Amino acid sequence: MSIATFDTTGPQANARSEDYLWTLNFGPQHPATHTTLRLVLKLEGERVVDAMPEMGYLHSGFEKIGEHLTFNQYVTVTDRMNYISPMANNVAWHHAVETLLGIELTPRCTYIRTIIAELARISDHLLCNGAVGLDTGAFTFFLYGFYQREVIYDIFETLCGARFTNSYTRVGGVSQDFTPLVIEKIRTFLKTFPKTLDDMERLLTRNRIFVDRTKGVGVLSKDEAMSGSATGPVARASGITRDLRKDEPYLAYADLDFQVCCASAGDCYARYLVRMQEMRESLKIVAQALENLPAGPVNVGIDQRTALPSKQQVYSTIEGTISHFELSMSNRGFEVPNEESYAAIEAPNGELGFYVVGDGSEAAYRARCRPPSVLHFALFPQLIRGHTLSDVVAVLGSLNIIAAELDR
Amino acid sequence: MAMMPSGSGGRIELPENVVVSRLDALANWCRKNSLWPMPFATACCGIELMATGASKHDLARFGAEVFRFSPRQCDLMIVAGRVVMKMLPVLQRIWQQMHEPKWCISMGACASTGGVFDTYAVVQGIDRFIPVDMYVPGCPPRPEQLIQAIIDLQDKIQREGTITGREFDTAGRQLRKRALVELPILTADASRNPVLQRELAAAADAVAARD
Amino acid sequence: MPFTPPSVDDVLAALASRFGDVESSVFRGQTRVVVPAAVAFDVLAWLKESGFDLLVDVTCVDYLDYPGATHRYGLVYLLTATGTNQRLTVRVFVDDPDPTVKSVVSLWRGADWLEREVWDLFGIRFTGHPDLRRLVMPEEFTAHPLRKDYPLQGRGERHNFPVITRDHS
Repeated sequence: MSIATFDTTGPQANARSEDYLWTLNFGPQHPATHTTLRLVLKLEGERVVDAMPEMGYLHSGFEKIGEHLTFNQYVTVTDRMNYISPMANNVAWHHAVETLLGIELTPRCTYIRTIIAELARISDHLLCNGAVGLDTGAFTFFLYGFYQREVIYDIFETLCGARFTNSYTRVGGVSQDFTPLVIEKIRTFLKTFPKTLDDMERLLTRNRIFVDRTKGVGVLSKDEAMSGSATGPVARASGITRDLRKDEPYLAYADLDFQVCCASAGDCYARYLVRMQEMRESLKIVAQALENLPAGPVNVGIDQRTALPSKQQVYSTIEGTISHFELSMSNRGFEVPNEESYAAIEAPNGELGFYVVGDGSEAAYRARCRPPSVLHFALFPQLIRGHTLSDVVAVLGSLNIIAAELDR
Repeated sequence: MAMMPSGSGGRIELPENVVVSRLDALANWCRKNSLWPMPFATACCGIELMATGASKHDLARFGAEVFRFSPRQCDLMIVAGRVVMKMLPVLQRIWQQMHEPKWCISMGACASTGGVFDTYAVVQGIDRFIPVDMYVPGCPPRPEQLIQAIIDLQDKIQREGTITGREFDTAGRQLRKRALVELPILTADASRNPVLQRELAAAADAVAARD
Repeated sequence: MPFTPPSVDDVLAALASRFGDVESSVFRGQTRVVVPAAVAFDVLAWLKESGFDLLVDVTCVDYLDYPGATHRYGLVYLLTATGTNQRLTVRVFVDDPDPTVKSVVSLWRGADWLEREVWDLFGIRFTGHPDLRRLVMPEEFTAHPLRKDYPLQGRGERHNFPVITRDHS
């Protein structure tokens, strides 16, 4: 039944076109909303005329907690932000804190953080594309992705004991060093993952149904992306060639050889392809970093008085004992300048940065997280206008909106 | 009342509960082995919930085959993740939309008690506002823990369930959950410690009264 | 034809010549500029035309307990020039009562929700904003939670809900 051809202008017309619009509440509890966000859609039959997104259904006061916890305690809370790639959040938080404190990491630590950040990127893209597949009906694709994520969880569990809310980084280093078992597991993953990635691509990339559902849907033009402050794969799929790993290299990215994946179409299919290709580039980065992993200490030296010294140092050197005492007592600690600074990394979702204000104590005075998901979700209404109800899930999935990062 | 004819002309009356309890056991067995979960996944525990339903730790083995997202078609609500003030009315409405018999698993530390988030926005435990049958500790709980919780819930259903749902008529028995008294955060910083502030104020009053 | 924006020092010099003396400082390689609230919008518009086309973040810091603070609220605008990968932090100080600043939504659409969040959590009003209402807190919420005088555990709003017992559900 077509209602698109109602007559509102004839002499008998007594219906306005707005009378045919109806409002559909999409969420906050819905299989396709990636956890808790809400869309109020104004529909004309199946076409979306307007969408009003609403968020805040998971706002937990992360930023206020940041004012009460020390830097090393707050990393446990940053895990719970973008919870599908928590390692990236840990790296981002400590990158910001170490920028504020002016700490220079050891080479081994930069390589280790690079490796885990890239594994987190693979994990995030697997889930994001998996969710796009799941929402458009491809359940096997989702299960393939989830199985590989279990392999990554196994690597993280061998490394630091937790499957995904790791809290792995510390000020000046990381909590556990790489062991040979971890390196072996990563090597195995690097060998077996490309085959699964090929299988996954064979399932969806040239699948007629998937292509029809995602091509031309949710087109984000380059100007809109720039004006809306989009970053990450969402922006790169619209033609903005900005990647913090190349533009403002941090950690070990300056030494590694990889490419930045961009597309120009700006639709859901382009975002899907950008993420699939980024996974391959991440594999390259991990392989190179693993082969060139420098030996040496993983935490900064004890003279800097920021990272906990090893037990051997504590028991056998006076410097180690003093350092341990200074860091563990609650009214002592390392020096924090009365200043503010911002540092960002290229998280899987975009530019994830922390604006940290220090006030001399070990807890931040203000810990602001710059969330890529908020800006992407704000772009949603302009992407969905004119499309049908079934495109809402495809667009929402491709934007990779994580409710915890959205609401904090 | 079940009656049986007997040879002597009278009727033997079986106690009423003989047949009914076997039917109870049968009903419980059916219900426990086909618990359809309604995943109320809000945060990180939601990802572990998805991982439990995925291929490595397969929840479908235990009868929770279908993760229906419609409350009208489910009987087990798994609240996975923190519930904030804005979301709680939604949670309550969905709980009321589910049909009996229904059970609730509070998965994770945040759903059970508020977890790490003792803040202005997070509800400190959903059991303050809806009835919960099973709590799963962890942040997030491992998939194996969630599966253990579902198995324990299945045991609970087998033990305590009835075909008519009599166990849900709790008006006579239900105790009010914990009292809503907040414990103050005790820090050395007087501006954030109400107990210390009261003591300081009392000390200042005592000094003023002395003068 | 690539447009090369000027370097940060040139931008600062041009800013100083156009808008008068602006306080600038460098910390850990990041350039910060303090701008009075009255000219903040003009400065940001001019910066956007000078090449700082990406608005990274709009946020606020409440300096109530900060050692050595002169104003209460410091609005922070983080800008990036994608052509040269330069960053600039613009700080605008506003005070109680009734902290108000002109909204930059007309320059960058991304500022829409970021300003709504600052209004919600700090109470800073943005004039000219098309739809200034609460973003993360419920509509009925009355306080501004991220201010320093609001306690972490709240004032009891999180307990104020009806209890559903087994036999009612």
